[in-house]
Amino acid sequence: MNSAARSKSSGTAKSNVADAVAPRFHVGDRVTVRAAYPIGHVRTPSYVRGKHGVIERLCGTYPNPEELAYARPGLPKLPLYRVRFLQRDVWPDYTGQPADVVEVEIYQHWLETEGQAR
Amino acid sequence: MGGLPAGAIERTEHDYALWEKRVDALMMLLSSKDRRLLSVDELRRNIESLGADAYDKMTYYERWIYAITQTLIQRGVITVDELGRKIKVVRDREEQRG
Repeated sequence: MNSAARSKSSGTAKSNVADAVAPRFHVGDRVTVRAAYPIGHVRTPSYVRGKHGVIERLCGTYPNPEELAYARPGLPKLPLYRVRFLQRDVWPDYTGQPADVVEVEIYQHWLETEGQAR
Repeated sequence: MGGLPAGAIERTEHDYALWEKRVDALMMLLSSKDRRLLSVDELRRNIESLGADAYDKMTYYERWIYAITQTLIQRGVITVDELGRKIKVVRDREEQRG
């Protein structure tokens, strides 16, 4: 199971605003996932890095798992979004329905406004 | 898996060996709210740093016990020396049992 794709839409979303980074994307915004490949524990699946998608919802704010992986607190909490991708954009040889989508939960620091990606 | 080519998915249930249940119990106890001696993210990092070859050769719970052990050493909960000595004790005990 891909844990990054697991639903986190309920539960701990009600964190203190003070210890969380403010969300910078809105539902419907077109985004590009950063095509970065650092070592360490990264929750952003390789198959969506560099791909374009649309913000489907804000799931809440959570400690950064990349820091938790090294036993650090991972604060401030980061906004986590569910991002919707067209399957045919993700997989070049996709043969299913053209409107099929895959949704992946991605932390804000992995997302850029589409067209502004470096 | 993870976007990589893979064979057919094994869908049948199987019984767990006693040691596998113990690995699961260890994980639950170490990560529980009153201990917090490891986080799932630390375990994932240690599993992911295995390298593709070792990852493929090890079974699911072998990867978990490897990651649990690495995390406890990294955090200073146990030392390599303690681990080595304890493995010897357990191995001797099991050999005597036959």
